Amino acid sequence: MALSACSAPAPSGIDDPYEGFNRKVHGFNTAVDKNVIRPLATGTSKVIPEPVSRGITHFADNISLPGMVLNDVLQLNIGDAAHNTMRFLVNTTVGIGGIFDVATKAGAPERSTDFGETLHVWGMAEGPYTELPLLGPSTARDALGQVVDYALDPLQLIVPSDKSWIATATKAYSKLDKRGRYSETVDSILYDSADGYAQARLLYLQNRRYELGQAAAESDFEDPYAE
Amino acid sequence: MLNERKSPSIHLTRRAFGAGLAAGTGFLALALPVRALTVDQARGLIDQAIGEVNQVINSGKSEAAMFKQFEHIFATYADVPTIARSALGPAAKTASAGQMSAFTKAYQAYISRKYGRRFREFIGGKIEVTDAKPYKSYFEVISTATLQGEAPFELRWWVGDKSGKNLFFNIIIEGVNMLASERTEIGSILDKNGGDIDKLIAALNAA
Repeated sequence: MALSACSAPAPSGIDDPYEGFNRKVHGFNTAVDKNVIRPLATGTSKVIPEPVSRGITHFADNISLPGMVLNDVLQLNIGDAAHNTMRFLVNTTVGIGGIFDVATKAGAPERSTDFGETLHVWGMAEGPYTELPLLGPSTARDALGQVVDYALDPLQLIVPSDKSWIATATKAYSKLDKRGRYSETVDSILYDSADGYAQARLLYLQNRRYELGQAAAESDFEDPYAE
Repeated sequence: MLNERKSPSIHLTRRAFGAGLAAGTGFLALALPVRALTVDQARGLIDQAIGEVNQVINSGKSEAAMFKQFEHIFATYADVPTIARSALGPAAKTASAGQMSAFTKAYQAYISRKYGRRFREFIGGKIEVTDAKPYKSYFEVISTATLQGEAPFELRWWVGDKSGKNLFFNIIIEGVNMLASERTEIGSILDKNGGDIDKLIAALNAA
């Protein structure tokens, strides 16, 4: 809370100086989705029973909690650090290694965070919009955040290095599972929109600013009755 | 300078000033709706709209039947002409009256299908109004959508009475603004059709 005063000012509009390049990456991502990810996601959802999929996704979500707690601490957000620590402890024990998300059922849903948010709290502006290969919409700040999150995952301290593939595999699977579950919504943005790139960009920026608690900038307020 | 501009008022008698004020208030009363929208009315409007949406999504009807009902709800509770004009963006200024009304009609059905598809994913879930507060010269009504097995998320509705009726004119889903998203989308379809509004209308009818 006290730190919020240091946060970067609320950004407005769309800063996309590398649009030409980003559109090429978007074309690549869409092709990968169409030819690999989407068929794989719909295929696995047919083969693997729903409860199993949920279990793997819960497991993957649970092992990302230590990283979130680290970020909560770096943001001096002690409330969320305690909340996510409790979630991790409860789901790892009562939820049998994290396959069951008992904490959410008990009224403590995930309070998601990442190093991109930490950088935001520390005062870094979002920077230009960037579409990352395979990872999708991002900003310069959030892309840097993803690299740091991957490199500094405290899970590495707990899990022996020859078992770390399990974390990678389950996280990849959970991405696939989510792609399958939100299939219609994702399809509507990527394939049904007249300009899927522009829609994905707008959706990412507006939703991300909302997640970071940045009130819509004054200049972004559209008054349809004005004039 | 200041004195010069002020001087005419000095010649006004107190009675004339009072009469002028009364006439002014009378004029204002005619120009504006008798009772301005209150936060409770805004909340009530969205409560009612959401109640109808909940009824439709849990009615078990066919997709086509649901889309028809969504369109009816949209036309009843939303300021469709204003939303359509905003979605069309700068092109609304060059459109003829006939094109505007054809566009508004096509857009109303198009958006009901488009958002109806998303609302269909809410089957088995529910939306509830949780808060309402003044927002600029409007009201913001906040609701929470709870879907099976998902973390709850937020829908905000902007309600105003500038159309002469109490209607909503924007929905914000987890920070994503419908008016902004629609303007981008309709602008893209218009570009694809070489800026031709009639072709845009045909494309919306086919979508």
